[in-house]
Amino acid sequence: MKALTFTLRETPPERLDLSPLTPEKLAGIDKGEIGKIRLGMSKRALTVGDLFKVSGSDLKSIVFEGGSERFDRVGTGLVDGTIRVVGDAGAQAGRQMRGGLLTIEGNTGSHAGSCMRGGRLEITINAGDHLGGPLAGELAGMNGGMVIVRGRAGAFAGDRMRRGVAAVLKGCGEYAGARMIAGTLVVTGGVGGLPGYLMRRGSILLDREPAELSPSFVECGAPDSSFASVMDRYLVTDGILKRPLLGKAPGKFGGDNAVFGTGEILFRR
Amino acid sequence: MQRLIVNGVAIDDTFAEAFGMRATAIIITGPNRKWARQAAISMTGFATSVIGCGCEAAIDVELPASQTPDGRPGCRVMIFAVSTDELQKQLQNRLGQCVLTSPGSACFADLKGTADLKLGSALRYFGDGWQVSKKFGGRHYWRVPVMDGEFLCEATTGLTKEAVGGGNLLLLAESNAKALAAAEAAVAAIEKVPGAIMPFPGGVVRSGSKVGGKYKGMTASTNDAFAPTLRGVVKSELDPGINAVLEIVIDGQTSDAVAAAMKAGLGAVTKLGPAKGAARISAGNYGGKLGKFHYHLKDLLP
Repeated sequence: MKALTFTLRETPPERLDLSPLTPEKLAGIDKGEIGKIRLGMSKRALTVGDLFKVSGSDLKSIVFEGGSERFDRVGTGLVDGTIRVVGDAGAQAGRQMRGGLLTIEGNTGSHAGSCMRGGRLEITINAGDHLGGPLAGELAGMNGGMVIVRGRAGAFAGDRMRRGVAAVLKGCGEYAGARMIAGTLVVTGGVGGLPGYLMRRGSILLDREPAELSPSFVECGAPDSSFASVMDRYLVTDGILKRPLLGKAPGKFGGDNAVFGTGEILFRR
Repeated sequence: MQRLIVNGVAIDDTFAEAFGMRATAIIITGPNRKWARQAAISMTGFATSVIGCGCEAAIDVELPASQTPDGRPGCRVMIFAVSTDELQKQLQNRLGQCVLTSPGSACFADLKGTADLKLGSALRYFGDGWQVSKKFGGRHYWRVPVMDGEFLCEATTGLTKEAVGGGNLLLLAESNAKALAAAEAAVAAIEKVPGAIMPFPGGVVRSGSKVGGKYKGMTASTNDAFAPTLRGVVKSELDPGINAVLEIVIDGQTSDAVAAAMKAGLGAVTKLGPAKGAARISAGNYGGKLGKFHYHLKDLLP
């Protein structure tokens, strides 16, 4: 069976909400009815048929041929199967995913992987601010699963993260891992100022010592660490990194002592 | 009893009788081979027989750094017990007292089974609130701060109900030295069989037992039929000229592992021959009263 493919006709004239186009939400919908699903966010009421040419029928494998920074909420609540966007996506890509695989072959806007609980989100270029983070009023951000950003992420990556693993491979903006509750944020390529700001628990793993750290972090030595070896091996065998991140005995800063204080920033010495 | 002869060694046409057990396996790693072994040896100390130790345990195989989860030298340790509760109790006590305390150690699950036994999820409380939970790659770890850094321990390991305890070989020789040589040859061969352990000291038992005894409360007592000094006094199994008997006891992750181990042991002892080792090989057969697994020596001949 050929993947259910949505081929973009032209750049969308307004922001879109693509959350109805997941395997779970399309299940049971007649193929003829798919074209009538409303995606536009304005009074124009743009539908799938207005924006895309639809082909294929395998609901477990959905492809968007052509992307746009106006594609909001791609793969929201994905539970199973795969969604692939050949191009950019807008805000909240993969928000509240629970399983499956979402691949964005381009850039995403803010809040990618927001409040994920499971599954895997891969962004091949850059992600915006608040990677995995909560929307206003929500208490926790990413709550499980795996996010990989092959390029850069903006500020507040891993904001209020609670579980799971997020990896950013070409650096991220300031306040990485801010307000983390737990979980693991991996950053190679450098972080901006004040990583781990107000983190309670959790781990921020870096390939170098952070340049600007909040004074409420304390230096905690560098004993040999089996955890570092096991984590390094996982990151390499899972195809996230090409070489080990932390080494045998990474340095550690503990904090943020302005709050709970049992978080950690581990870095390669 | 009929006897077969292989390379001059007589083999009784009998069977070893074994019974079902609960078992698990873990990998213990250390900063080097010496300390990985030390943790494993301490953990499996005083674990020869469920009769008096609660469990039977030993190192299954030593692992090079390339084959362990954290890239350090390690040992695969197997632990056997008669019930799931007893296995969990022994695992928890031994892990806490012998592995957690050993310098630079870490501990990983190495068996997928029908149920989970607690490893780190029982020990984590030693961290007094500073322990850290980490889940990645489908596995769950606990990191417990200790004085030389951190004790990394996987949260759970698997339980198998397919395990078999009590596979055995009896090696009958002219002298103590020859019996010991035969036993050492068997142990060296069986050590290479994955999934099978020999829990007794160095893999060898000199006090093979029979079921029950004349004194109240004794569940096992000396195997008088195979004790050379009682020959003639009791109904003995020993021929003239046999002065020492040693036993190899084998526990296996599966029945096939026990059979493979016994086959390897038989091969090594018959290869050694009666001039240097055992003149005769027999097996502990309790008339079908002990367990449902029967390993006939004639089926396992080299």
